[in-house]
Amino acid sequence: MSHTTADAAHHPALQHHFDTLEQQQNASTFGMWTFLVTEVLFFGGFFMAYILYRWMYNASFHEASHELNVWLGLFNTAVLIGSSLTMALAVRASKTGERSQLVMFLISTLVLGGVFLGVKVVEYAEKFSHHLVPGPHFQFHDAALKNGAEIYFSLYFGMTGLHAVHMILGGFVLVPLIVMAARGKFGPAWYTPIELFGLYWHFVDIVWIFLFPLLYLM
Amino acid sequence: MPAVHYLNATHGPASWFFTRDHKRIALLYLYSVSAFFLVGGIFAMMIRLELATPRGDLMSAETYNKAFTAHGVVMVFFFLIPSIPAILGNFLVPLMIGAKDLAFPRINLLSWYLYMAGALFGVAALVSGGVDTGWTFYTPYSTAASNTHVVLTAMGAFIAGFSSIFTGLNFIVTIHTMRAPGMTWDRLPLFIWSHYATSLIMMLGTPVIAVTLLMIVLERTLRLGFFNPTLGGDPVLFQHLFWFYSHPAVYIMVLPGMGVISELIAAFSRKPVFGYKMVAMASLGIALISFLVWGHHMFTTSQSVLAAVTFSFLSFLVAIPSAIKVFNWTATLYRGSVLLASPMLYALGFIGLFTIGGITGLFLAAIGLDIHVHDTYFVIAHFHYVMVGGTLLAYLGGMHYWWPKITGRLYSEPWAKTSAVIVFVGFNLTFFPQFVLGYMGMPRRYHAYPVEEVSWQVLNLLSSAGASILALGLVLPAIYLTYSAFWGRPAGPNPWGAYGLEWDTTSPPPTANFEVTPIVTKPAYYYAPEEH
Repeated sequence: MSHTTADAAHHPALQHHFDTLEQQQNASTFGMWTFLVTEVLFFGGFFMAYILYRWMYNASFHEASHELNVWLGLFNTAVLIGSSLTMALAVRASKTGERSQLVMFLISTLVLGGVFLGVKVVEYAEKFSHHLVPGPHFQFHDAALKNGAEIYFSLYFGMTGLHAVHMILGGFVLVPLIVMAARGKFGPAWYTPIELFGLYWHFVDIVWIFLFPLLYLM
Repeated sequence: MPAVHYLNATHGPASWFFTRDHKRIALLYLYSVSAFFLVGGIFAMMIRLELATPRGDLMSAETYNKAFTAHGVVMVFFFLIPSIPAILGNFLVPLMIGAKDLAFPRINLLSWYLYMAGALFGVAALVSGGVDTGWTFYTPYSTAASNTHVVLTAMGAFIAGFSSIFTGLNFIVTIHTMRAPGMTWDRLPLFIWSHYATSLIMMLGTPVIAVTLLMIVLERTLRLGFFNPTLGGDPVLFQHLFWFYSHPAVYIMVLPGMGVISELIAAFSRKPVFGYKMVAMASLGIALISFLVWGHHMFTTSQSVLAAVTFSFLSFLVAIPSAIKVFNWTATLYRGSVLLASPMLYALGFIGLFTIGGITGLFLAAIGLDIHVHDTYFVIAHFHYVMVGGTLLAYLGGMHYWWPKITGRLYSEPWAKTSAVIVFVGFNLTFFPQFVLGYMGMPRRYHAYPVEEVSWQVLNLLSSAGASILALGLVLPAIYLTYSAFWGRPAGPNPWGAYGLEWDTTSPPPTANFEVTPIVTKPAYYYAPEEH
């Protein structure tokens, strides 16, 4: 059934509807980039809301941001940038076909992602104990700024929560990739899944690079 | 008919539910989208039945709110948006560009499952009591003021949105990377151009409504306050985010229809589409401008006058690419060998009705007039002329045109022509009176109207009568098309004598679409060689 030309590599990963691995890889990479464009707009709704309310309730937002732990945020930023580094090194290792390095870098990426989420859990728990979770139990030390602060924390939980969901989903994709890498599925001829996951992971990092100053520093 | 084709190549439920063949996935969509069309249609008939008399004697106001919400949600998210792209687009995009499948067959199947999952949420909301916010989910109706199943419905639309995103993504990547040798961009059928433009909107717009619905869900479940006015949140922000998607979504619904019409007009005039490049660019132009006009839904809100004037001006601009299409289709007819086959009847109906829908859209883009007819039946009539008179007619025309390719069999042409006429008459009788009603001041979304307004009752009765004629015109194709799929005469590869790669292969096509990868040497619509 599948139509292959004489020069096309009979690589097991080549799907029947593509003529060459190169065409398949082009399509996959292009697909991931377009998906990331939709992701930008997906987060865009939250950023739009942030911009509007930042402008409407500047004092509340300023005051409320002091409730966040800048040092934990900074630590997490470093962790996430570190995980981007290990991910980039993983892509490189898959291209050069160094299997053990690839597995090691992928595991490091997963571990760093886990550390980030762990710190996030600590931060969320802190907010709960300080009654900074929006809803009927929300309390804020300055009554005049309370409503704006509640909107701020709505955005805080919405935006960092959506970001965390992206990290968790990434983790679920990373585990099978580690197994595949350990079995030697990837090599210089075909490493598309690693490259695509790398693009996704860097995107999730970049979202945090925007979230950190907007929520913690301003 | 070929002995082995995509329909009989493999057997059993698993060969359908786990298929990666774009043609089979298109059929899965056809069955499920048709089911939802029936559901949405039943709610439409309930609405028309209630409004046949001035008093609210069939439903209570609350039930009526749920009925029109169900009609809107089902028709917009589960019929209009997936109809042409997910059925005809899925089937035809690879065939028309000479590819074996879409770039990501598994994601294509995932799209259908996401659609079904979203639909499941929608149905769950319906059977557990419905939702009463209107399909627009305006806050605070949808947050503080409603105790109906907003979360379920919003989750349904949210999930179905990802189905739409993945379909768009698949089309864009396929069109970029999988064209057959010689299928250059300036040889692409206009159906492909319009699906490309549609896919851009699906990918750029849909995520914004997804996140907006997510905010509604978070506001209702976790008590986060994004739009909550008691905290100083801004309900108008919701409207901005909502219409940033939902106005472009109108073009998700109508652009694929325009692609269908271009194919039909060329095939049944035996001429290349006049001004091919302009029509192709007009699709992209519509997609671009569609993102800049959302504020015209909000002329009666707190939006600033400057913003309103700007949005008004930008909305007028949409008329330019739309008119380019209408004029070019008409110019294609000029001195063509016009064949009034059933698909062509739908195409001609489309041109007339879309023109009325489009021009009344200009009325609504004018701020002064819009404030008079805002939230009246004038608006209802306007967008039904575009959505039903436009998209539905194009969908039916396309279905009739490609049905022999999809099933390999011919339907009864006399029945098809009859039902095309019935649809046209029924449609106009249903919706034209609503322009008048709206201009006279009848507001939308009420289950009753004053008994003293005799003319309102006459017009509403006409509209309800038209709706039953329209319903008949829609039931007929369901019967004779289904009949033909089993007992129709074999169609042969090219029953219309049309030009295009999809007509070069057998009907129904083999699973891999073509026996040999086609090589394209001629421009699209090569009907009259002397005109190229």
